[in-house]
Amino acid sequence: MAEVQIMTGNTAAATAVKLCQVQVVSAYPITPQTSVTETLSQFIESGELKAEYVRVESEHSAMTVCISASTVGARVFTSTSSHGLLYMHEQLHWAAGSRLPIVMCCVNRGVGAPWSIFNDQQDSISQRDTGWIQLYCRDNQEIIDTVIQAYRIAEEVYAPVMVCYDGFVLSHTMMPVCLPDADMVNSFLPPYKPHTILSADNPRNINPVIFPGMRKNSAGILCDGYMEIRYKLQETLEKSRDVIVSTGIKYSKLTGRDYSGMLWHYKTDDAEVILTGMGSIATEATVAVDELRLKGIKAGVLGVRVFRPFPHAAIQQALQNARAVIVLEKDISYGYEGALCSDIKAALYGTGINPPLHNFIAGLGGRDVKAREIFEAVQTSLTEMNNKNTQNKTIWINCRQ
Amino acid sequence: MEKKDKNISAMSTPAIGEAGFTGDWRDMKPVIDHGKCIPSVKNKPACYLCWLYCPEGVIKTGIPVEIDMDYCKGCGICAEECPAKAITMVNEGDENG
Repeated sequence: MAEVQIMTGNTAAATAVKLCQVQVVSAYPITPQTSVTETLSQFIESGELKAEYVRVESEHSAMTVCISASTVGARVFTSTSSHGLLYMHEQLHWAAGSRLPIVMCCVNRGVGAPWSIFNDQQDSISQRDTGWIQLYCRDNQEIIDTVIQAYRIAEEVYAPVMVCYDGFVLSHTMMPVCLPDADMVNSFLPPYKPHTILSADNPRNINPVIFPGMRKNSAGILCDGYMEIRYKLQETLEKSRDVIVSTGIKYSKLTGRDYSGMLWHYKTDDAEVILTGMGSIATEATVAVDELRLKGIKAGVLGVRVFRPFPHAAIQQALQNARAVIVLEKDISYGYEGALCSDIKAALYGTGINPPLHNFIAGLGGRDVKAREIFEAVQTSLTEMNNKNTQNKTIWINCRQ
Repeated sequence: MEKKDKNISAMSTPAIGEAGFTGDWRDMKPVIDHGKCIPSVKNKPACYLCWLYCPEGVIKTGIPVEIDMDYCKGCGICAEECPAKAITMVNEGDENG
């Protein structure tokens, strides 16, 4: 019987990293992530985790250490939030372009200006196009389970994975977590095999300057140009959907916890109104759905667990019978709408699935999002259902306008 | 059958010709006047400052001095450094050069 412990989201993340027997950890402290790497440094100091902890002066260097260590064959981990993640931005592209299976936790926090240490998802959403797989967790159990699955996914497809979870709401909140058994994790996660091994017998220059065209090398082999290398990354992220699902199914069989889909469902079977979102806001929506059902509104929650690669086919299937869709987001693409909302609309384009859709922006900079407010948002959405004007505008919850 | 590049990220090996014939980047080419070039004039291994300064390593220290035009990018450093003014840069394709 697996052990259950009460722990914060950050302890859950650090515990998962220990179970995965990560070999190199490099990070720089930033709220609300700090206790992930503090806990890891304790594990390493006490010998519970046999790993190298590399201290650095910035997040840019932290990711650079991860890139170097992963290139020479180590399983690596880092963790950051908000401005730390933004400071890493350049290296995120390098990690993905070098096809390194780095796993990082992004403990979601708002970005300045003005300064905020509190939760929203603007930080990871801003890194959407870096070529990283992005997974979002709804509770602390999902954090521990998702980090373990992330290593297997990353090392199978050779792409980095960002495990995102809400700062404070999850990172500093204690919840019961069922601890996966160490032997089970060992059997689930084979050792990391790097795609290129650096050796003096076979010297290579990794990531040289690439010209626009392809080139014949000294052995007469026509080598990929920039576009071919980038096409391989796109192809890999497209194919990683199947790997994410198959990994989830394997993990579900071992633990009895369901990760068989890129989306999770709450009372959606007969739902006419579908609320959707990523992370803890979708968890909060389940409470609102229970209230709505008491009022006779058939509502359900569609939680988006995987944001990149985007699960477009699963979204189409899940929304095909919806009479109204409500997208709840803790991020916004300024000048348009929430990033998840745009992607959902794009997934439905040309399919004939065209339900009224409202995009609610909530909880920016840590403003509390209560189930009551989500309940009211659904009622607003239903009264505005036939109003085309409000469907092309973001509606801000609990914000003076 | 053409061999396919199996690497999933960009890489190269340290070898001559790894980036193709880089000599085709050239606008101007160095032409040696062996009537002025010191090793040819003295018929001894001498001077070789062109070889020392060449950033591409494409100059051979023989008698006479030879430049590998497959990889010479035409930077003109050899012409600038030659103490005997034996090297002139001429436009690529200029037959009078």
